[in-house]
Amino acid sequence: MNSTTLATPSTATSDARPVHGRRRRSPGWFLISPSVTLLLIWMLVPLAMTVYFSVIRYNLLYPGERGFVGLENFHYFLTDAGFIPGMTNTLILVGGVLLISVVLGVLISALLEAAEFPGRGLVRVMLISPFFIMPTVSALIWKNLIFHPVSGVLAALWKFFGAQPVDWLAQHPMASIVIIVAWQWLPFAILILMTAMQSLDQEQKEAARLDGAGPLAIFWHLTLPHLARPIAVVVMIEMIFLLSVFAEIFTTTSGGPGYASTNLAYLIYTQALLQFDVGMASAGGLIAVVIANIAAILLVRMLGKNLTEKH
Amino acid sequence: MADLKIRNLKKVFDDVEIIKGIDLDVRDREFVVFVGPSGCGKSTLLRLIAGLEEVSSGQIELDGRDITDVSPAKRDLAMVFQTYALYPHMSVRRNMSFALELAKADKNEVARKVSEAARILELEPLLDRKPRQLSGGQRQRVAIGRAIVRNPKVFLFDEPLSNLDAALRVQMRLELARLHKELNATMIYVTHDQVEAMTLADKVVVLNGGRIEQVGSPMELYHSPANLFVAGFLGTPKMGFLRGRIASVGAQGCEVELDAGCRLSLPLQAAGLTSGSDVTLGIRPEHLHRSSDERCHLKVKTDVGERLGSDTYCHVRTRSGESLTMRVRGDFTPRYGQELDLTLESDHCHLFDSQGQAIGQPLQQQVA
Ligand SMILES: Nc1ncnc2c1ncn2[C@@H]1O[C@H](COP(=O)(O)OP(=O)(O)O)[C@@H](O)[C@H]1O
Ligand SMILES: [Mg+2]
Repeated sequence: MNSTTLATPSTATSDARPVHGRRRRSPGWFLISPSVTLLLIWMLVPLAMTVYFSVIRYNLLYPGERGFVGLENFHYFLTDAGFIPGMTNTLILVGGVLLISVVLGVLISALLEAAEFPGRGLVRVMLISPFFIMPTVSALIWKNLIFHPVSGVLAALWKFFGAQPVDWLAQHPMASIVIIVAWQWLPFAILILMTAMQSLDQEQKEAARLDGAGPLAIFWHLTLPHLARPIAVVVMIEMIFLLSVFAEIFTTTSGGPGYASTNLAYLIYTQALLQFDVGMASAGGLIAVVIANIAAILLVRMLGKNLTEKH
Repeated sequence: MADLKIRNLKKVFDDVEIIKGIDLDVRDREFVVFVGPSGCGKSTLLRLIAGLEEVSSGQIELDGRDITDVSPAKRDLAMVFQTYALYPHMSVRRNMSFALELAKADKNEVARKVSEAARILELEPLLDRKPRQLSGGQRQRVAIGRAIVRNPKVFLFDEPLSNLDAALRVQMRLELARLHKELNATMIYVTHDQVEAMTLADKVVVLNGGRIEQVGSPMELYHSPANLFVAGFLGTPKMGFLRGRIASVGAQGCEVELDAGCRLSLPLQAAGLTSGSDVTLGIRPEHLHRSSDERCHLKVKTDVGERLGSDTYCHVRTRSGESLTMRVRGDFTPRYGQELDLTLESDHCHLFDSQGQAIGQPLQQQVA
């Protein structure tokens, strides 16, 4: 304590030094300890329990057996018939929804920004509104009102043109789910990108017009670079949520047919609550955490430069 | 060649007429400055010329070609914006070459033009930087460089120096003057700062409320303002104004009876005026002197003095309550409330009628 107070002699008067030093330390720790403790309990206990469950035999159907099995659970999860499809579907879901929401988001918000028409405010609100609908509800709407082979809107359309209605959720389960989830997340992208677009300097656009740039050239050379950062934000935030999509799959396809629309989150659910294998589900959960982190690190690497770069 | 002709130009925004009929000629290699108070429509007029706003009525002609409805890029004009409007994610080099790239110019040609502009503006070491890595003055130069590479017929500047600090503003002002000579360019420059207008312009256009008040060389405007607005707008400190009326009109001039309490004969032909009509007399600070042995004494009380070192600007108040500014020597220290006797140089008095138009001097011809 002496050395620290001596190192900053000018900040305290000589007789107040020891008190000053003590005061500066202890109450700080004391005051933040509740939140730190709470946070540690909140995060560490579930993690520790997950790690613990993942290395023991823990199946709810066989209550007595709780022996240590090492990495057996991980082995079983990784070699499970659902693992490879689950991984692939997770990537398809994340990639597909990101692609759709970013590309359409940029286009729609650019059009909204460029076009002046009556009722533009209303259109904006309606474009944003799917974001506020619960995933289960929107999945049910899509399943029963749009994709349904008998009563769906698409079936009616197909019939109108004399075609055989498609059972979307059975024949193209993954594509259907991507569309449903994209429908929910596109508004988020539009919201962020529209706001960002409004902050593009008008004089830059005018300078570009004087330089001979048409609307397309302005979009390509000015608007898109201006949107790099908000796009990075959209991608990161959406990815966090898209890695764990569950309700939409549960309410529409239940992961089927077979494993055709099972992602990692749904696979873990089937392990834990359909096969009652808590140990293996915990192992799957840890694997999902690792995968999510790898994906996050890759994305941050790719996009992080955009985020920190200042204009 | 660059001859710009503007004929009866009008601009209406949402039923409000902002530009109310402008007639103006800009000749080749001229440095024309639009000056006027904030909101008088200077930027709008410049943007009409640039093609960034649609003309409501009237005509713009460049070298005999009607460009009123031509798209901005095809007008052969380049504009430098107040906020510079550099493209933030492009290097200085690309900022300058962007227009040529879009025009699909030859690569070597582009490189040659960019390095030529960089040389003129001393931007060579900065070519690979991004705009955010530049200081305000350097950004300003890049914005000018972006205009230069296009080799336009007319350069348009919209308050290009108002985002710079005072010292840099003086320096850039000199550079602009040098550039004008070096490039043999025709320039139109918008500013609300009359010092910039006076120092840079070949021709000053004083705008007020969407109309041209007067056009002329800086010295013409300074020495024979056409009306009260121009008289009050140009010159720091401002011209002082005294109310009065014509006492008598003679062949050699007229006599003016000032409310401030003195009678003054002026060598001005007051055509159309009769004794008794109300006039305003204008006098610049440098034409007021402390004295007591001439005929007209203006008795004033000093208010405050502003001491600049070389000169002191002494603000005084007449008995009728009008305030005047007087330039005196730097070593004169006025005391507050001190009584002073002043004389006016009658050769340098300006007289304005009750409509605010100058009397007794040939009005500046508005170019028509
Ligand atoms: N796009 C616009 N829409 C409506 N009013 C405008 C627009 N641009 C300028 N004005 C109005 O025109 C007037 C002149 O503006 P401006 O030319 O920018 O003045 P300044 O002389 O300060 O450059 C202002 O009263 C402004 O409100
Ligand atoms: Mg302006």
